[in-house]
Order: sequence, then structure tokens, then C-alpha cells
Amino acid sequence: MQYSKDMFEFIPKEEKNYNRVVRPSLTYGQDVWRMLRKNKLAMGGLVFLIIIVLAAIFGPMLSKYSYTAQNLDFADIGPSAQHWFGTDKFGRDLFVRVLEGARISLTIGFVASALSVFIGILYGGISGYFGGTVDNIMMRIVEAIYAIPMTIYVILIMVVLRGGLNSIIIALTISFWVTMARIVRGQIMSLKEQEFVLAAKTIGASPLRIILKHLIPNCLGPIIVTLTLSVPDAIFQEAFLSFIGLGIAPPLASWGSLASDALGGYQLYPYQLVFPALAISLTMLAFNLLGDGLTYALDPKTRR
Amino acid sequence: MLKYILKRILSSIITIWFVITVTFILMHAIPGGPFTSDRKLPPAVELNLNTKYGLDKPMIVQYGTYLVNLVHGDLGLSMSTVGLTVNQVIAGSFPASLKVGICAILFALIIGVILGIFAALQQGKLWDNLCMIIATIGVAVPSMILGPILIYVFAVQLGWLPAVGLDLPSNYIMPAIALGLYYMSFISRLVRSSLVDVIKLDYIKVARAKGLSKGKIILKHALRNSLIPLITYLGPITAGVLTGSFVIETVFGIPGIGREFVQSISNRDYTTTLGVTVFFCAFLIAANFIVDLLYMVVDPRIKLED
Repeated sequence: MQYSKDMFEFIPKEEKNYNRVVRPSLTYGQDVWRMLRKNKLAMGGLVFLIIIVLAAIFGPMLSKYSYTAQNLDFADIGPSAQHWFGTDKFGRDLFVRVLEGARISLTIGFVASALSVFIGILYGGISGYFGGTVDNIMMRIVEAIYAIPMTIYVILIMVVLRGGLNSIIIALTISFWVTMARIVRGQIMSLKEQEFVLAAKTIGASPLRIILKHLIPNCLGPIIVTLTLSVPDAIFQEAFLSFIGLGIAPPLASWGSLASDALGGYQLYPYQLVFPALAISLTMLAFNLLGDGLTYALDPKTRR
Repeated sequence: MLKYILKRILSSIITIWFVITVTFILMHAIPGGPFTSDRKLPPAVELNLNTKYGLDKPMIVQYGTYLVNLVHGDLGLSMSTVGLTVNQVIAGSFPASLKVGICAILFALIIGVILGIFAALQQGKLWDNLCMIIATIGVAVPSMILGPILIYVFAVQLGWLPAVGLDLPSNYIMPAIALGLYYMSFISRLVRSSLVDVIKLDYIKVARAKGLSKGKIILKHALRNSLIPLITYLGPITAGVLTGSFVIETVFGIPGIGREFVQSISNRDYTTTLGVTVFFCAFLIAANFIVDLLYMVVDPRIKLED
């Protein structure tokens, strides 16, 4: 067939603008951030968490007290200008101890969550991607672990490992990764039949590459939300361990150990319980609010 | 149906076996035996004790004996309380835990559902916000802190409720609240969101078009369907109340199985720790199983895959 010039005509002027981009396109991250910023409660939580993290890092350096320094002349005195949160029964400054507790509690929360996310993603990714017998066996194991509350595992592991920061992190990781593995597996099962995975397969991408580069980035949303909620969970569990005497050993302090130390005399010295309790509860609240906001912001279905 | 039940029972047995094995390995990985703690025992006494509890036999034999005994429902002898079997320890302490646990679950369910209904009906208004604030705070306060605060306010300062023990009916109020508040918060949020969804459905519009009163629509039509997701949550609640009892029973001085478990850990009473763990697992697996069956009965739309 021959093409001649008169077979074509110019499009009307107004149609030329049809393909022009009116608004700059947003990446997924920018879009989530835009949604999150509108949510005042979630932003409040985020700001609070940033403040707590900064205070935990820099606070103990700036204070003139050390968290181990005992001064029996000033034991059990209430909050004052010198000791903002008062002192404990050994005369240690509670403000510094709460900040030191923030270091330990947040470290436990973040490290245990990060490790369990890492393991959970790999396990869930492999199980979900390969399916069939591999999936069957891997998920039976996960189900067996999942049927029992993780508190019991954590306690048993702690009984074996006997205290210390590392043992707590290991114990929490061992019990936390299961939830993450289940979530990642579920997401990957629903994603792996889609065309972009088929496309990657046809050009010869290895399974590992498909899992890491194509599938996991697409289930980041639920992963981030679970991560946000598992950090306070870890802090909670640590407080629980301290309560039953399997937590951090003194003179180190975590929020949980500070609270459970204060429980002995809280009717006489309520402030010793109030400050660590507030620290735990407010952090918990902040993480939960942020998690709720993120759930909403990361879900593409809530877009208009 | 029958096939499903059989399959579930089989997988439950496998899970319990898995837990027993893991617990057994963990318990025996602990450095030092139960009799090597504070004071040094004469070698003859230690030998006798080890023989009595079968600790001198090879690991695999101990494991075998334990499994065989378990099949017969025998959890062995308690190592710290002389002359008491683990079965007796559990039988003596479980009723108290069960009563407190049931109170906590009832509290969480009743108050949680009521708050959830209020919030859903008043969506976006004062009541909704109030209920959701309560629910958010309830999730944020750990029970090890809530318990002492309750005791301090209601027992020490106001003197309204007894602080410890389980002698009076009023003894159950504070432990039930401390144990159930977290789940109450969760339930109220669950009921709210599920009710909000159900209210939008067509059959509610029909009911309204028929001229039914608002109360009748909510109670008779909407609530029934919106409570279905709640049933799946009963399993996790049972588990949570069980583990929560470790703290609550210590705080409120309740002679229950949770306190027994915590004490067995600090006493290095392996057989009790192991036995109570196995008991917990069996109990939870049974609870989850019942919940699944209940789910099927309540909602005929759900077909469990064989």
C-alpha cells in the first residue's frame, strides 16, 4: 500500500493538549508520604518517635548524671529540679535511667524486628514463590510454631540462653519471624501469577532475582506496617520478660526492668513507676497511631 | 466435614509432638541440672535424685519415657515440690486461672461489643471518638502496669475492691479488667469497622424500608453478621489471656497456673515447665479447633476446605 500526504490530516488544536502532563507524577513513596502527612495522629506519633530516638541517643551524653552512679544520700527522692524524674532506691537519677532504658528498649525493638523481617521475607518469599511441596513443608513448620503463643517460646528460649541483651534479641527474633513469613508468603502467592513475573521469567531471570527484585518490592506495604507494629510488640515482650525476671540484668536498664523494679514500692514511690510506664505507653501509642496511618496510606485502594 | 475434623486432629497431634520435642530439647540444653543450683549436694544424694527423676539415663531414653508417659496423660513428677506430680500442680492451679480467664474474656467481649456498636452508630461524632480513644489507650498500656495502677486506685486509695486473693466475687473485677482491656480495645475496633461495613449493605436498607426501628435493625439484623469476624478472634484472645495470666496472677496474688509456670521457671523445675507448656499447647490447639467449628456453624456461607 502506498501512503500519500493527503491521506493524513492535522489534529485539531485542542486535541494536541490531551497528552500533556498536568500534574507532576508522584512516585509511590511520595504518594504515601502525601497521604501520611495529612493524618495528624500518625504524624504526631512519628514526631514523638523521632524525639524519643534522638533523646535516647543524645540524652545520656548531655546529662551530668550517669545511669550507674549510686548516691545513697539521695535515695528515693521525688522529682525535683536536680533530678527531674526523681531517684531510685540506690539514688540513681531516674531521668537518665529512663533515657538509658529507651536505648535498650528501642534497640531490642528495632533490631529484633529488623532481623525477623529479614528472615521472614526470605522464608516467606521462597515458600510463596516455589509453592507445591516446598511450600507445604515450609508452611507446616510455620503453622506448628504459630499455634503456640510466642510468649511461651520466648520464655523457653530465655530460660536456655539466660539473660542479656543479645539473648533477648535472639529469642524475640526466633518467635517474631513467623508472622512476617506468613504475611510475605500470602502476598507473594497473589503476586506471582501476574504478568510482570512471567515477563521476568521469559527473559531468564533467576528465581532469587525475581523474589528479591520483583516480588518483595511489591509487598513492601504490608511488610512496613507489620514492622511498625512489631517494634512495640518487642518492647512489650521485653517488659514482660523483665517482669518475670528473665530480662536485662542491672545496672543496665530497660523500660520494662525499670517498671518492674518500681513495682515493689510503687505505693510509696509512685513516680518511680509512672515515668517508665509513661515511656512505654506513649511509645506504644505512637507506634500504633503511626501503624494505623501507614496502613491507610500504603493501601492503594484508599486512593482517590 | 468428618474428613476435615480428622485432618485437623491429625495436624494438632503433629503440632503437639513438635512442641514437646522442641521443649524437651530446649530444657535439656540448659547448662546445669535442676539439682546443681545454690548449695552443693552430697554426691550420693545427687545420684539418688538423678536416678529418681531418670536424669542418669541417655537423652533418647528420657525422651522416649517422657513421650510414653504423655500418651498415658502422665506429665511426671514436679522437681521442686516434693511428692507432687505435675498433673496435681495443674489440677490444683488451673481452676482459678480458668475462672479469671473466663471473666476477662466476658469483660472483653461484652464491653468491647457495646463500645463498638456505640462507635459505629455515632460514626465520626463524639461517642465514636471517645470509644476509639479508649480503645487506643487500652492497646498501649501493658497489663503489668495497668494491674498495679488499678490496685493503687481502687484498693489502696478508694478501698472499693480487695487487692489480692480470690475469695470474694469482687476479687475477680480488677484481674478481669487488667487482663481483658487490651482485647476489649481490639474487639471494639473490630466490631466498629465490621458494623460500619454491614450497615451499608442492601438488606439493612430493606429492613429500614420496612419501617423497623433502628434498635431492632442493629440488634436483629446488622449485629449478627458483623459479629462473625469476632469468632475468629476468640482463638487469639484465649491464647492472650493464657499468657497474660503469668503477669496478672503474680500481680494480684492469684494461685493460678500462670504463676505456677513463672515460679517453675525461676525454680528450674524442668518437669513442671515442660508439663505446663504441653498443657498450654494442648489447651490452645483444642480452643482453636472449637473456634473453627463454631465458625462453620455460625456462618453457613463458609466452607472449610478438606
